[in-house]
Amino acid sequence: MIVGFTSTGEGWDAKIDPRFGRTEFILIYDEEKDELKAVDNREVSDMAHGVGPKTAQKIHELGVQVLITGNGPGGNAAEVLKNMNVKIYIKAGGMGIREAYGAYKANKLESIGG
Amino acid sequence: MRLAIASGKGGTGKTTLAVNLALKASGTMKTVLADLDVEEPNGSIFIGGETVDEKQVYRYTPAWNQKSCSLCGKCTSWCAYNALIKLGEIILVMPNLCHSCYACSELCPDGALPMEASPLGTIRHFSRGKLDFTESKLNIGLEQAAPLIKQSLNYLDENFKDHDLQILDSPPGTACSMMEAVRSADYVILVTEPTPFGLHDLKLAVETVRQLELPFAVVINRDGIGNDELDRYLKAEEIAVWARIPHQREIAELYSRGEILFDKVAAVDDALSDILQRLEGLS
Repeated sequence: MIVGFTSTGEGWDAKIDPRFGRTEFILIYDEEKDELKAVDNREVSDMAHGVGPKTAQKIHELGVQVLITGNGPGGNAAEVLKNMNVKIYIKAGGMGIREAYGAYKANKLESIGG
Repeated sequence: MRLAIASGKGGTGKTTLAVNLALKASGTMKTVLADLDVEEPNGSIFIGGETVDEKQVYRYTPAWNQKSCSLCGKCTSWCAYNALIKLGEIILVMPNLCHSCYACSELCPDGALPMEASPLGTIRHFSRGKLDFTESKLNIGLEQAAPLIKQSLNYLDENFKDHDLQILDSPPGTACSMMEAVRSADYVILVTEPTPFGLHDLKLAVETVRQLELPFAVVINRDGIGNDELDRYLKAEEIAVWARIPHQREIAELYSRGEILFDKVAAVDDALSDILQRLEGLS
């Protein structure tokens, strides 16, 4: 499974960014390869419009199957995510990445949609 | 002469001034008043009148044609509003984000994004006595105020070109919709009130009309309340004050009943006369 996190930093010690569209980084954890990589998403900070859909597109391109985030996507991003095969877990804002991953594995995160 | 009546802050008296000024002006010159506060037009409460014409207005957004699309994805990089998203073999159009610029539709090498019409709102033309009045109303649930305002201004050009005075009742604030409403005007009146909120938002409005390089003056409503900060600011910035409408209980009561003011309150009639005289001095 490819697990994605909206994140404020680049490694396991970073925290979940509660924002979806304007998350600073997207962390990708490949469970099979046990490999964590970070994708910089700060390019969207200058965009005024449609940041949610843009970030959703990026998450799609990265092949994320499970997404762990905070507040959850807004209306426009949700529209895009509806067309993607990704399971979304929310309310992990502020948790450390490792802690959030543990909570997901222990089935303690709330899921929405798909 | 096209005169826009605007303000930064909502509720300062734009519509009150626009409606009364238009009705008074219509006694001596051919006047049209356009309510461009398309999200919540309320000029018709005061004007009433008979419906002369009603027009449906449409907006155009791209519709993806899967058959002719080669999935090059170029459209998603052209769109400044991210209204087009490529998900593998799907191009997703987000009409809510689209600003109808036609770039994707015109530039698509496959012609796979034809523009499609969808209802945006209505423009109604009323007449009361000698005054022509138009009201533009955005359909519920839509957020594209600026395109409707643009089409409303075209409607004015088509139907009221020979009128001596076109008065635009602009949306509040200083965002796209307000700018769309005022940018074609020959002159702008900013309505404000002598309160900290009034002054704060007036400064934003002044900044906006200066950016647009539009000549403007200020009308102070509810004069007599608040403090003197507004006057100090106007003096320091050398901004002309065309009129002051006093803070009076009688005005508030008439307004709350949806009544016209200038034929009943001398202070309002005087303020309007001052404004009309100033306008005459411009042409």
